Amino acid sequence: MTAPLVEVLGISRTYRMRSGLFGRAASVHAVDGLSFGIAKGETLGIVGESGSGKSTTGRMALGLESPDQGSVRFDGAPIATLGSSAWRAQRARMQMIFQDPLGALDRRLSVADQIREPLDIHKIGTAAERDDRVHELLQSVDLNDSHGRRYPGALSGGQRQRIVLARALATRPDFLVCDEPVSALDVSIQAQVVNLLIDLQARLGLTMLFISHDLRVVRQISRKVAVMYLGRIVEYGDADDLFARPQHPYTQALVSASPAPGRRSTNRIVLTGDPPNPAARPSGCAFHPRCRHATARCAAEVPQLVALDDQRQVACHLTTGARPKTQDAA
Amino acid sequence: MLRYFAIRLSRALLTIALVVTFAFIVLRLSGDPALMIMGPEAPPEVIAAFRKAWGLDHPIWVQYLDYFKAIGQGELGRSMRDGRPAIQLVLERIPATLALTIPAFLMKVLLGIPAGIYAALHRGSAIDRAVMITAVAGFTVPSFVLALLLVLIFAVQLGWLPSGGQDSWRHAILPIVTLGFGGAAVLARFTRSAMLEILGQPYIRTASAKGVPWRRVITDHALPNAAIPTVTILGFMVGSLIAGAVVVESVFSWPGVGRLLVVAVANRDLAVVQCILLLVAMTMVTSNLIVDFLYGLLDPRLRSKGAEA
Amino acid sequence: MTDVAMKAPAARRLRWPNVPVSVIIAVGWIAAMLVLAAFADQLAPYGFTKFDLRNRLSLPGNPAHWLGTDELGRDVLSRLIVSIRISLLIAFGATAISAIAGTTLGFLAAHFRGLVEQAVLMLADFQASMPFLILALAVLAFLGNSLPLLIGLMGLFGWERYARIARGLAISANAQGYAAAVRQLGATPQRVYLKHILPNIASTLIVSMTLVFPEVILLESGLSFLGLGVQPPMTSLGNMVGYGREYLTRAPWIMLAPAITIVVTTLAVSVIGDWLRDKLDPTLQ
Repeated sequence: MTAPLVEVLGISRTYRMRSGLFGRAASVHAVDGLSFGIAKGETLGIVGESGSGKSTTGRMALGLESPDQGSVRFDGAPIATLGSSAWRAQRARMQMIFQDPLGALDRRLSVADQIREPLDIHKIGTAAERDDRVHELLQSVDLNDSHGRRYPGALSGGQRQRIVLARALATRPDFLVCDEPVSALDVSIQAQVVNLLIDLQARLGLTMLFISHDLRVVRQISRKVAVMYLGRIVEYGDADDLFARPQHPYTQALVSASPAPGRRSTNRIVLTGDPPNPAARPSGCAFHPRCRHATARCAAEVPQLVALDDQRQVACHLTTGARPKTQDAA
Repeated sequence: MLRYFAIRLSRALLTIALVVTFAFIVLRLSGDPALMIMGPEAPPEVIAAFRKAWGLDHPIWVQYLDYFKAIGQGELGRSMRDGRPAIQLVLERIPATLALTIPAFLMKVLLGIPAGIYAALHRGSAIDRAVMITAVAGFTVPSFVLALLLVLIFAVQLGWLPSGGQDSWRHAILPIVTLGFGGAAVLARFTRSAMLEILGQPYIRTASAKGVPWRRVITDHALPNAAIPTVTILGFMVGSLIAGAVVVESVFSWPGVGRLLVVAVANRDLAVVQCILLLVAMTMVTSNLIVDFLYGLLDPRLRSKGAEA
Repeated sequence: MTDVAMKAPAARRLRWPNVPVSVIIAVGWIAAMLVLAAFADQLAPYGFTKFDLRNRLSLPGNPAHWLGTDELGRDVLSRLIVSIRISLLIAFGATAISAIAGTTLGFLAAHFRGLVEQAVLMLADFQASMPFLILALAVLAFLGNSLPLLIGLMGLFGWERYARIARGLAISANAQGYAAAVRQLGATPQRVYLKHILPNIASTLIVSMTLVFPEVILLESGLSFLGLGVQPPMTSLGNMVGYGREYLTRAPWIMLAPAITIVVTTLAVSVIGDWLRDKLDPTLQ
């Protein structure tokens, strides 16, 4: 196994929120002691509901937000201090794709100017070389120069997301974080963008962190998958294997809720109880109020992420202690 | 609730502190106060004694604190012109100013608010247009131009009213009308847009759709809600009762605080200017505070907003 | 005519047929004022301080003095043209200063948050809660008077509005969207604020400028009217009204010409501002 390009070591992030008339400050543990690594050229998918801390994780992995605890290492060295000039220079090597491409683009600049912007910022190449690179980038996302002259408002959602992708790739980054890159797009367009991402990832040898609530998309694009629930990873493993044999009750519920060809919907696990609220994190295993198998131990003790075999890690008292019957979902 | 008022009160005190700081900074920027006050011909030993007496030989932050202390104790200096305490000069003039600004304020409220409400309820009517045109005129015609036009018409051409002085109630009519007109126009425009905004709200439409008589929709729902933003601007108007008549008092030679200020500025009578500045700040802050308390009573939602801000 | 308009490309550019007459007149008036101000020396028929003692208090319509003369026989038209130049210079200079200062402070508040933001908001509250005329008079009393000081002083007027707008819009741009996206590309804060946020909020700021500008004209003319603004021998619109007040009974035209200019100019800017606000920025009330 090669050394990971991106290494996340026990990061936590807590937000303070004021609520109510007298502004009692409450702590919201968005991310709580998370660790993972992504090997060069690999894609890690992060799956979770909203409020699971997956976006915060992506931002911290990219250095856009500093963790309160723990550290993020990139290419063997800690990420530079947020906002410093070293940090800015490092942006050329790591980039982000956003959920809302229209929001991520400046409506008052032509898209060619925006694709060119990272080259201007990092002073890469001469003016002519930058123009050539813009042309090349437009081609690589299946657009042409006439698209480049337009403004974001005059493009479709899928085209905009390709522009964002082209801009992110302009400086030939090593690491790309995609935060729900297709969830704002029409389903028919989603597949195109996902295929383009898979294509480019293979062609350019990109290392990616792919964040989504959509299991199908994650499964299609990721080699490894981490399932998050209320700021913690509850299960981690190879994508195909994890979705075929989910071990954690939460993963099982997610997999059963996700439509898949050839599976009957009768054995669907319906989650009951409140959806996860990071401001009111249950004690012990955060999932226990909604878990069918929960025991007294689950409410009292936080389960650690433990390797089940050399492929799979699960944070569940049931799987590490008395294992429940494995569900074969596929 | 208590917290809301505590925040408002500390803000008010902060504003006063800022005004004092402003006065201190401008005073120091203006040059050597010893020379300014004693005059350039004063002998050096007199200047030195003055500096010592006023603490001007201390570091600047000590002077700053001393300045606060002096103002806190009501030491506002003496007028350079006749040597009387500045505060006394200013207080003497307040009744004359209020004699103009209070009737003018009533005129603004009694004309402006009904006109604004009427215009909003009869949107597009001739009266609405007239109110809007008058409101625009009230904004674009400066008070000194309006004052001179009124003098030209009613004093010079028609000879009905005196053009200046303070001998009888008739002398007060033109200044009051000048002051009241502009304010009434602003208030009418403001009330109109506040009303229109409220009338566009879903709950108004719901109330009228439920069959509540239109008159009751207006009196029970629209007016109380439109009152909330209008109170702010009224508060500002009350706060400027003392300061609002600077230009008009000068045009009509009305011996109020505003005219005193203009004369003091022209003569660079710093103690008087400083005193009026503080007086204006106090009235503004006090009226803002009253408005905030009224807000707290009128709109419970603002209490929680205020606590977060 | 409508057919042509329908077939025109659906760009967001403003087409002339859609511009109301009042706005065209207002733009024309402002343009005329600017031409008068720019070429005041060439256009003024006489020197603005030149006496014509044979034609004192001459009525308007006089072929030698279209707008008449004042008590010293100075040509009212020439004085008016020079006054327009000075008043517009002050108004434009002051509006530019307050727009630049306010926007900068708003951006600083949005960028640094925390103490800087609290300080800016506190100053903005202070400014909004004190009648500006009183503050201006205090400064003039303490610091004396000169044209640069007057422009600078008027430049303190209205900055808090730009600061509030710039802060609010920059914070929302930073929180989500293009500004955050450009920042993570590695752009410096200057680039984010000047190249991206500023062009995006420019229309809102310009609308605010059209609201502040007439108020600056009124403030300056008020101060000058009181004899505390522009000092003779220089002249401004407010000065002329103040001077004309002495001759209200005998020669009202001395006061009427500048007074009408003030009123029409503020009206024109307000008309343009209202129209721009509807066109560019429906979010402003």
